[in-house]
Amino acid sequence: MAGARTSPDPVDGDDAPPPARSAPEHRSPQTSDAVPDAARRDAVFQVRGVTKVYRMGEVRVEALRGVDLALYAGELAVLLGPSGSGKSTLLNILGGLDTPTAGQVRYAGRDLAAASDRELTRYRRRHVGFVFQFYNLIPSLTARENVAVVTEIARDPMPPAEALDLVGLGARLDHFPAQLSGGEQQRVAIARAVAKRPDVLLCDEPTGALDSATGIVVLEVLERVNRELGTTTAVITHNAGIAQMADRVIVLADGRIAEVRRNAIRVAPRELSW
Amino acid sequence: MRALDRKLVRELWGMRLQALAIALVIVSGVGVFIMSFSTVDSLYETRARYYREHRFAAVFAPLKRAPEALARRVETMPGVDRVQTRVVAFVSLDIAGFPEPVSAHLVSLPDHGPAAGAGVLNRVHLASGRLPQPGRTDEALISVELARAHDLAEGDTLRATINGRRERLTIVGLARSPEYIYQIAPGAMFPDPARYGILWMGRESLGNALDMDGAFNDLTLTVTRGASVEDVIDRLDTLLAPYGGTGAYAREDQLSHRFLTEELKQQRTIATVFPVIFFGVAAFLLNVVASRLIGLEREQIGTLKAFGWASADIGLHYAKLMLAIVLLGITGGIGLGILLGRGLSHIYMSFYSLPYMDFVLRPRVVAAAAAVSIGVALLGTLHAVRGAARLPPAQAMRPAPPPVYRATIVERLGLQRWLAQPTRMILRHIERRPLKSLLTTLGIAMACGIMMIGGFQRGAIDHMVGVQFGLSQRADLTATFTDPTSGHALYSLRSLPGVEHAEGLRSVPVRLRHGHRSYRTTLEGVAPDGRLLRLLDTDLKPIDLPPEGVVLNDYLAGLLGVRAGDVLRVEVLEGERRTLELPVAATARQYLGVGAYMQRAALNRLLREGDALSGVHLAVDARERRRVYALLKDMPRIAGIVEQAAAIRAFYDTLAQSVLFFTLVATLLGATIAFGVVYNSMRIALSERNRELASLRVLGFERGEVAYILLGELALLTLAAIPLGLAIGYGLCAYLAYAFQSDLYRIALVLERDVYALAALVVIISALVSGGLLWRSLGRLDMVAVLKSKE
Ligand SMILES: Nc1ncnc2c1ncn2[C@@H]1O[C@H](COP(=O)(O)OP(=O)(O)OP(=O)(O)O)[C@@H](O)[C@H]1O
Ligand SMILES: [Mg+2]
Repeated sequence: MAGARTSPDPVDGDDAPPPARSAPEHRSPQTSDAVPDAARRDAVFQVRGVTKVYRMGEVRVEALRGVDLALYAGELAVLLGPSGSGKSTLLNILGGLDTPTAGQVRYAGRDLAAASDRELTRYRRRHVGFVFQFYNLIPSLTARENVAVVTEIARDPMPPAEALDLVGLGARLDHFPAQLSGGEQQRVAIARAVAKRPDVLLCDEPTGALDSATGIVVLEVLERVNRELGTTTAVITHNAGIAQMADRVIVLADGRIAEVRRNAIRVAPRELSW
Repeated sequence: MRALDRKLVRELWGMRLQALAIALVIVSGVGVFIMSFSTVDSLYETRARYYREHRFAAVFAPLKRAPEALARRVETMPGVDRVQTRVVAFVSLDIAGFPEPVSAHLVSLPDHGPAAGAGVLNRVHLASGRLPQPGRTDEALISVELARAHDLAEGDTLRATINGRRERLTIVGLARSPEYIYQIAPGAMFPDPARYGILWMGRESLGNALDMDGAFNDLTLTVTRGASVEDVIDRLDTLLAPYGGTGAYAREDQLSHRFLTEELKQQRTIATVFPVIFFGVAAFLLNVVASRLIGLEREQIGTLKAFGWASADIGLHYAKLMLAIVLLGITGGIGLGILLGRGLSHIYMSFYSLPYMDFVLRPRVVAAAAAVSIGVALLGTLHAVRGAARLPPAQAMRPAPPPVYRATIVERLGLQRWLAQPTRMILRHIERRPLKSLLTTLGIAMACGIMMIGGFQRGAIDHMVGVQFGLSQRADLTATFTDPTSGHALYSLRSLPGVEHAEGLRSVPVRLRHGHRSYRTTLEGVAPDGRLLRLLDTDLKPIDLPPEGVVLNDYLAGLLGVRAGDVLRVEVLEGERRTLELPVAATARQYLGVGAYMQRAALNRLLREGDALSGVHLAVDARERRRVYALLKDMPRIAGIVEQAAAIRAFYDTLAQSVLFFTLVATLLGATIAFGVVYNSMRIALSERNRELASLRVLGFERGEVAYILLGELALLTLAAIPLGLAIGYGLCAYLAYAFQSDLYRIALVLERDVYALAALVVIISALVSGGLLWRSLGRLDMVAVLKSKE
């Protein structure tokens, strides 16, 4: 079982302690406090004072203006916020796809903000699974191969077919992306993200391009992975309804955290008011 | 197979036509490279082996007559290794059924001693039959080419006028010699196997026929290892001077050897110039394709990086893609190169007299071709891959920022009101990415330029023949005497029926020196206001030969570094062997040979001789030509007769095959490159603008209207490329004309209109074919895909 796996060091694999995963049964919400007791819950990510400024010639865009945040082991967090509020920027920074202009991003004790390109690559390879709004599958590879392209470089992956089974696509292994519907493509993308048994799963509007029925299928997969594998999961969405399935809801506005709230109960995707 | 490798295979298959087009350019480059180097290596190797096995001499010394005993003294000279004395003569032949004059060099073969038969040096290679038997005065070997030209075989007979006597000779064998790999008649510029050949006879028989009993008139030798050839020649000249020695010369000055060397030099030029062009274009193509392909895969690269693929892995992935194409090209190129190399070697065998051809393909030539191709490909790809891999994944994954369009110059000038919207799109697109547009244009222009190399040689040769034989050497026949003859001969020739005009010439072997440069050639004394030999200035106007001073052809003047007004030291290699200081009066334009001229009277005076001639130029009434031939054949002292029309034919025969070969190769390769560049540019433009064009289709644009936007841009770039290509072609031709100049001939930089026209036409046709292929792709434009995805 994935929870029993010893996680290697976040950044270069050997010396740092693995982020502890909470067993699912310990993870049920206990207080309404947005910032829970750190002694009981291990923070996988510790974000402190992060800013991100994009410069395009004369124009400066402050995408993030001082974000402080923690994500806890095994939790499912939903990020909400208006368009342009910096959600994707934050998620990309957490995933090591981008580096902040200032501030600290601690992952299991290591500062991603100070990591080199090589270290970030290794971090992504070992610990992170991504799901993107537009799937970003490789068109010339089949579903199975799209998963394989990631498991090939992972340490202890599940077989691609198993991952696709997990998302209900066991029968479409050899289809090319162009032969799959949007929802199916997104499920392949999820299979690809979870097949390597990542420690964190980062999803940027995974249902943005899908209708509600398909969206729910996709969310169920995410919820299941989070529940069964204990993967710390962050999901960006525009759909406030989806927030009900989260442990915590983080709202961004104008490059800052506007609100963090804890859901008393996680609603199953099927029961979400879409 | 790893998933990434599968991606590679599938994508390669998806772009197979494009890949093929690039591979073809590499095939061309590698093919020409291997063809040229293998031909050069084969010829060198074959010649070296032939020289070695048949003991080609190092020094050659013609003389009047010396007693055989002198050979012993030569043998004891320091530095001399082996010596071979011979009796040689120029003879005219009478071959049944061939009315035109045929001349031959008759060479003796030793009858006795350890070297009986083939000889000590310059040993003959018997292609068939046997050697003449000692003592048989009627047996001879004849050169393979002469036999072939007249369909002669062992047992056939021919008549030779030797020393004024008509002899009937029976052919007992066909032979070749390393001395006559390139066979050329005295006074001729090109081999003409039907009218000039080599005969070999037993030493005693020939000696008797030539009144050379116990004497020799030709000596060749080899030198010991480390000995100075110069010193040996100096001593030999001193020794032979009393015996009428006309100056010993080294192998480098031996006619056959020198021409072959020149030819090999040209091959080397080809071997370097052409591949440089092709590899340049290939590198350029690969770079363009790689960077644009990788541009298209930005998001995929970002995704791979997001999942932890390292930049190096991704770089390797694309490098592999390019390498696969290059390897295809290299493999094809090696095959093509061997094919062309064998073909070219064969062509060379047909006008060089070689007993065999060792086809040599050195592993290092193949390795070099492969290394250069791969290097070029990696260089072309590296830049693009680095750029893509360096992009932070978050940024790579979002589509490239929408390009910043501006109003074009045309619009700023206020001309847009005459342009429809699609035309404005074309102009803006070109103007937005000027570098890319420029590179595309440059690639097409290169192809256009290469095309011109092919056409240029053909036209240039026609021009050379027109100038050389139409304006300068206008005699119908040129007869060369065996020895200088009294000027009276001119009058008797003039009086022959059918001879309209005759001009005497006196030619004497000389070594010309200027500063530290020297050149061995013949100085020709000609009629001052001659009609049959005219020297031309750079505007092709006849030059008046001044009473004193020499006129050099422009190539020789260049070799010696002299200009009109300079003083030249002339060492006469005949008779009294005087050394003279003569002013250079002018230089003359000549495309053939290495000539030096002065007035005959002045030359006679300098040689302290009377009115002597070594040959005549004749203008002959065409109807009387046969009669004149017959009369000349019977004249005793005629060494060779060159017929103008036959010389031109020989010239074409010699050059045409190899030139046509190159014309074909260059044209084919030019067309390949043209197609490769144009097709790739179009293909990539389509991929890049796929979405934009599909969206237009969605909005209701016709296929034709969409095609106009895409193809219109390429048409515009192609049209812009043509004048540039013609300029590049002119430059390449100028370089080739410069690189190809040799003692034998110079290529005039004359580019006829049809050369330009053909180059432009091929480019336009390539563009049309590519456009046609693209038109089909446009029909399959996936509109649904556009609607489905983002952007
Ligand atoms: N690479 C970039 N260069 C310049 N500006 C950028 C870049 N990426 C993001 N931005 C800007 O930063 C701000 C935050 O962008 P971000 O993508 O994080 O927003 P978002 O909250 O994800 O919005 P959406 O809900 O529309 O996806 C925006 O104003 C955006 O224009
Ligand atoms: Mg976003």
